[in-house]
Amino acid sequence: MFENIRSHRSAQLIVGLLIGICFGFLLQKGGVTTYEVIEGQLLLTDFTVIKVIGAAVLVAMPLLYISRHFGLTEQHVVKRGLGTSVIGGLIFGVGFALLGFCPGTVAGAIGQGSLDALFGGAVGILIGTALFAGLFPKLKNGIWAARPFNTTTLPELLRLSPTVVIPLCMVVGIIVFWLIEYLGL
Amino acid sequence: MNALTLPLWSPYVGGVGIGILVWLSFLLVNRPLGCSTSFHKTAGMIRKITNRTAVDQNEYYQSYPPTADYHWILVFGIIIGAFVSSSLSGVFAVEWVPPLFAATFSANPMFRWIVALIGGILLGFGARWAGGCTSGHGLSGMAQLSVTSIVTVCFFFLGGIATAMITFALAGGL
Repeated sequence: MFENIRSHRSAQLIVGLLIGICFGFLLQKGGVTTYEVIEGQLLLTDFTVIKVIGAAVLVAMPLLYISRHFGLTEQHVVKRGLGTSVIGGLIFGVGFALLGFCPGTVAGAIGQGSLDALFGGAVGILIGTALFAGLFPKLKNGIWAARPFNTTTLPELLRLSPTVVIPLCMVVGIIVFWLIEYLGL
Repeated sequence: MNALTLPLWSPYVGGVGIGILVWLSFLLVNRPLGCSTSFHKTAGMIRKITNRTAVDQNEYYQSYPPTADYHWILVFGIIIGAFVSSSLSGVFAVEWVPPLFAATFSANPMFRWIVALIGGILLGFGARWAGGCTSGHGLSGMAQLSVTSIVTVCFFFLGGIATAMITFALAGGL
């Protein structure tokens, strides 16, 4: 249906820029482009980050499932393992807390004038990705590939249909939101 | 009051909008929404200027070539979007040290720069090791109920919560 856009590089760049602009706008308005909000989430005193991610996931989840059902979108899921999730995840987490931004919100912080996000955060991320590219040939057959997962998606793992798991996630998500608001977090 | 000039929206409203963007990304360009790839590609482009063969021969750059494409431009869009949003509401401000960092650790811009740089290096390295960041795994992956993404995001937050709790406790105790 959108083959014209999908097959043209310049069209992809325009869509990418537009989606990026909207993304940055919403991240800033959502409040997650500030150091205080991110650290507040990691210190469990401010749940803005969880609210933004949770609401986004709960909206995208049924939309992606329905559009995939009608052949409009495809699934893009990688299956890795504990070697990538645990080690990569923990290294990322330490950096997340020290910097106070993630790769998307650091860009948003730059846009609202944070020089530490630009000269510290963004420069550091560039260096970090280059270091990983350099080390990848040594890592790929070792610890990086350790303990691969057996299943790709949660419905597969639970042996339930997505038509059960998705509504279930949405109900659980709404209860969690309600609880967060009830506790005033 | 005009919504565009409000400094903040409800995080739920922001989140719903971002969820729609994730879906549009799949629908329009058949790609997940993710941010760390952009940094990886930009770093590859910069390295190509000084040492082209090293990049061309690197297996990881061969798998994810440093080209100007959809994922590359996303982050530049985010900078523009956040600039527009913060300018409209008047909260745009040039800042070296976030107030909470200054109050907790140090108001010295050089110290903040070093911490941010080290944090950034770990973030970039970890994101590529994990195969995505808070958007690639946290939004696109979790919205597709990916087991890899769900486990990865748990460890993003485990590592982040532990580090934040320890560093803030140490700073408070000193």
